[in-house]
Amino acid sequence: MACIEARGLRKTFGTTVAVDGINLKVEEGRILGLIGPNGAGKTTALNAILGLTPYEGELRVLGRDPWSSREELMTDACFISDVAVLPRWIRVSQTLDYVAGVHPRFDRAKAEGFLAKTNIKKTNRVKELSKGMVAQLHLALVMAIDAKLLVLDEPTLGLDILYRKQFYDSLLNDYFDGSRTIVVTTHQVEEIQDVLTDLMFIDRGRIVLNCSMEDFEIRYAEVLANPDKLEAARALRPIHERQVFARSIFMFEGADRQQLSALGEVRTPSIADLFVAVIGGQTTAGGSR
Amino acid sequence: MNSEANVAQQSLAGEMRAATKTIPWTETFYWCVRRELWEHRAIYIGPLAAAGVYLLGFLLTLHRLPHQMRAALADPSKMKALATPYEFAGVAIMLVAMIVEVFYCVDAFQGERKDRSILFWKSLPVSDTTTVLSKAAIPFVILPAVAYITLMVTGFVMLVLSSMALAANGLSAAPLWTQLSLVPNAFGLLYHIVTVHILWYAPLYCWMLLISAWARRAAFVWAFLPPFCVGMLEKLVFGTTHFATWIGFRVGGGMEAEQGSGMMPSTHLTPLRFLSDPGLWLGWIAAVIFLALAVRIRRNREPN
Repeated sequence: MACIEARGLRKTFGTTVAVDGINLKVEEGRILGLIGPNGAGKTTALNAILGLTPYEGELRVLGRDPWSSREELMTDACFISDVAVLPRWIRVSQTLDYVAGVHPRFDRAKAEGFLAKTNIKKTNRVKELSKGMVAQLHLALVMAIDAKLLVLDEPTLGLDILYRKQFYDSLLNDYFDGSRTIVVTTHQVEEIQDVLTDLMFIDRGRIVLNCSMEDFEIRYAEVLANPDKLEAARALRPIHERQVFARSIFMFEGADRQQLSALGEVRTPSIADLFVAVIGGQTTAGGSR
Repeated sequence: MNSEANVAQQSLAGEMRAATKTIPWTETFYWCVRRELWEHRAIYIGPLAAAGVYLLGFLLTLHRLPHQMRAALADPSKMKALATPYEFAGVAIMLVAMIVEVFYCVDAFQGERKDRSILFWKSLPVSDTTTVLSKAAIPFVILPAVAYITLMVTGFVMLVLSSMALAANGLSAAPLWTQLSLVPNAFGLLYHIVTVHILWYAPLYCWMLLISAWARRAAFVWAFLPPFCVGMLEKLVFGTTHFATWIGFRVGGGMEAEQGSGMMPSTHLTPLRFLSDPGLWLGWIAAVIFLALAVRIRRNREPN
C-alpha cells in the first residue's frame, strides 16, 4: 500500500485554482521533497493530505480519506506546519503532558531525551524560547511520536543555519528508520539535497517534475562548457543556459554523459539550479528553448 | 535459554508496538479541558480575585458589625440587613464569573487561529467535536463550579471573621449563624447556578462560541452588535421592542418583571414549572445547533 496516493487532486478557492489535478504516489519509506515557488499550491496540497481542507478528486493517506477521518489519521501521521505554531503561553512541561495525554503513540521518555540535548528547560514557556528553540521543541515532540508519515511544511523558515542543519541531522539520525515516510517542503533546497530520496517540483498547482534522486542524478547533467564548444552545446538542446563568471553552464536532460564530457566539465546539478532551469525557465528564459 | 527469553521479549515488544494503544475519549477530553485552564487562567484567578478583593473590603468594614448587631438585637427588623454583605458577595463573584465567561467564549476559537496554534492542535488525534465540547465545558461546568466553591468558601470565611469580631466585643454570633443558615443557602445557590447560569444561559454561551469559531476577527463585535442592531431596527421600523424584550428576558435569567424577586425568578423556584418552560427547551435546541455549527466551522477553518 502506498503511503499517499492521489488521483486528480484538485482544490480551488473561488476562481483561483490552487491545486490543479495532481496525480501522485508516495511509497512507504521515502523522503520526498516538494519544491515549488511561493503560491505554487504546496501548502494546499499538504493541507488536503493532512485532512485540514476539503478537496476534489481521489486521495488516500495511509489507506484513509484524510478529510473524513483526520482524527484517526493523526494517530499514524504527524505534521509540523510552519515554524512557531506552538502556542506562546504553553509551558514545555505542559506540551509533554498534553501530547502524552491525547496521543496513543507518544513516547514521553523519548521526547525528554531529545529535550535534554537542548538548552530548553521544562519550566520555560514557549514565548521565552528563541525561534530555533521552538523548532527544536516541536521536533522533539514529533520525533517521539511513532508515526508512519511525517509532513514538514517549511519547518525551518527563519531559523539560522546552525539550527537548520541540526534540524535535518536529528531528523535523519534519530527519527528516520527506513520504514517511515517524510514529506518536506522548503525554500532552502540546497540543504536537503542529500536528505531526499525523491524530488517533486510543483508549479501553479501542477507537478512539473517527479523523480527519485537516483533518477535525478542519471537524468540531469550540467556542463561547464569550454568557450569553443558553446555552439556544439546548444546543438544538443540544453534545457537551460546560464552565465557564471563569464562561463556558460548548460543543463541537459537525458543526454549522454560521454557526449557531454567532450564539451567541458560535467557534473550533477544542484536541485536549486534544476529548479531555476525547470520553473524559472518557463517564465523568464523561455526564449532559450 | 537466555536468547529464547530475549526473542520472547522482543516479539512482545513488537506486539505491543503493533497493537495501537487507544486512549479513552474521557481521557482526551480531560486533557483538553486542562489545556483550556492552562491557557485561560482567568477562569479561576477571576473569581478568586473577586473574592479576595471583596474579603478585603469586608475586613475594612468589620469594625461596624458590633454596632449593627446591637441595633439588630434591639430592633429585630434590622436583622435582615446583616445578610446584605453575603448577598453582595454572591453578586460580585457571579458577575466576575460571567464577565470571564463572555471573554472566554468569544476568544475560545478565535485565539487558536490568531496565534496559529490551531495547526498544532490539529496535528494531534483530537476530533473537532471533542475540542468544541471541551471548550464548552468551561462555561457549562468549570466556571459555575469555580464560582460556587469560591462563593461558599468566601461566605464561610466572612462568617468566621464576623464571629471573631463579635466575640471580641462580647457579643454572641449565634443570631448571625441562624439568620444565614449556611446549608439551605448552599442548596439555594447551587439551584440558582444550575437553573439560571447553566440551563437557562446555555444558548448564550453556545452563541458566543459559535461566533468565535465563525468570525475572522472582532468576534466580540459580531457576537453583540447584530442582536443590538436587530432590536434597534425593530424599534425604528415597527416601533415595537419584542426582540429586545426577548433578549432581555433571556439575559435576565428568565425573569418576568412582576414575578421576579431578586436574582431568583419565582418560575424557577419550582423545578417542575422551570422544566416545563418551553423557553428552556427551545434554548437548548438552539444551543445544540450552535455547537454543531461550531464543530463544522472549526473543521474548515485555517489560521487567520
